[in-house]
Amino acid sequence: MNRISEQFEQALLSVDKKTAAQLLKDASASFTQMQLIDEIVTAALTNIGKKWEKGDASLAQVYMSGRICEELVDGLLPQGGPQLRSQPVIAIAVLDDYHTLGKRIVSSVLHAKGFNILDYGRVTVNEVLWKVQADNVELLLLSVLMLNSALHVRDVVAGIRAAGLNTKVVVGGAPFLFDRQLWQEVEADAMGSSAAEIPAIIQSLTGEAS
Amino acid sequence: MHGAKEAGLSIKDYFSKAENVAEGQMLMRDKYGNDCLYAFFYAPLEVEAWGGEVIYSSDGPPNAGAPFILDPEKISQLKAPSVKETPCLVKVLQAIKLMKSRVEDTCPIIGVVMSPFSVPVMQMGFGRYLELMMQRPDLMDKLLRINEDFCVEWANAQLEAGATAICYFDPVSSPTVVDREFYLRTGFGVAKRTLARFKGPAATHFSSGRVLPIIDNVIQSGASVVGVSCLENLYEIKSACRGRITVMGNLNGIEMRRWSPVEAEEKVRQTILDAGAGGGFIVSDNHGEIPWHVPEDTLFAVSSAVRKWGMYPLAGAAGNDR
Repeated sequence: MNRISEQFEQALLSVDKKTAAQLLKDASASFTQMQLIDEIVTAALTNIGKKWEKGDASLAQVYMSGRICEELVDGLLPQGGPQLRSQPVIAIAVLDDYHTLGKRIVSSVLHAKGFNILDYGRVTVNEVLWKVQADNVELLLLSVLMLNSALHVRDVVAGIRAAGLNTKVVVGGAPFLFDRQLWQEVEADAMGSSAAEIPAIIQSLTGEAS
Repeated sequence: MHGAKEAGLSIKDYFSKAENVAEGQMLMRDKYGNDCLYAFFYAPLEVEAWGGEVIYSSDGPPNAGAPFILDPEKISQLKAPSVKETPCLVKVLQAIKLMKSRVEDTCPIIGVVMSPFSVPVMQMGFGRYLELMMQRPDLMDKLLRINEDFCVEWANAQLEAGATAICYFDPVSSPTVVDREFYLRTGFGVAKRTLARFKGPAATHFSSGRVLPIIDNVIQSGASVVGVSCLENLYEIKSACRGRITVMGNLNGIEMRRWSPVEAEEKVRQTILDAGAGGGFIVSDNHGEIPWHVPEDTLFAVSSAVRKWGMYPLAGAAGNDR
């Protein structure tokens, strides 16, 4: 399995969708869907995320890997079938601006892992509070690019608390990478350094399968 | 952006007139002792020139709105704006002329362009641009050629207005965003062609992105200065650049908001120790603009630390030539 995962990772880094698809197809004769997703797809995406953090992979490779995996996993899962795994209600949004790349990468990684998530797109503080309440969101993933947007996360957290909700807030994006204390300062529950970390964070915050 | 505070204006009002920005830069120079004036308005200025939207906020830099290239197939129909007939660009040129009339040749004025290889992030959205790079190199090449001509015209207009040098923001060329091999096939050639047509020196800036794996190529592209990231070891970067290109950086502007004056002095002292020996080093933040939330006391501490620790010969700097 490790060898297949390494080959799959190499195909993703080369943006070689055809080889990645063939590797999964070949492996599907010997492994279950969950094994394919967890031990090949997720393992490869996690490694690529770690490489990006260390400067050994590029953002383009991270993004394209997520897109390819999302598409391949769609092919593995039954169309409109039952949810792959038990999960909390999860929503994702970009706070305040049009920089949606981070949200797109996280969505791809979670989708490739079989999670269903609500995508709120670009929102203001008031908009996201309204949506979280309406959908009983248990875990809110917020992506930001600008420092002022990152500081506005504190208003989201305060609004959630004022409404008496138990929604956990996970943040990600450049300001949190450049200031490793910022997520605590804005009172988020966790910070993801890369999209690949998010499944494990979901598990640690909710106890659900990752 | 901090010029707006000095001028007592909102960020939106500040950038609405050339006079405001020129005055803001002069006030900043008087207050903090800046060694240059910076004709940077906001990142999406060029997108505004192409007809895109700029979104203002009260506590941060103006941002690009929704991308305007929604269908990549229409790239070949794109027509670049005329620099001298586009109000937002003319406003910047006026600001440069006003600054020049105030300082003449006593202080450098830095003009700004977005690289033809990086501006598509705002023109079409980051994800769509990355997919274009990987899947439609033919259309990417067309877009880059259109952008190159515009970038050269825009840079040279700023130099003609009085700018001393041009800061060429090119974060997409950083290994943080694309791998080196891809950069060598794309952003490197764009930079070489574009910088060769500038009628003045250029500083290539990666807006916090890494640069060390491509530093030799950045030098070959014709840049005189390179803006580097706090994600990399400044001493290693300076060692690779010594005598070949000036290094600019690499204070962490995001963390800077929390620095005490003592911490600010220590951070500045350390950057000078790492990169100041032998000259060829400019102390600055690592992104290209210090965030709105960084307090005045911290800016004063950074500025006075540069005066204290940055006078040659340097005390205790790394390297033989201090």
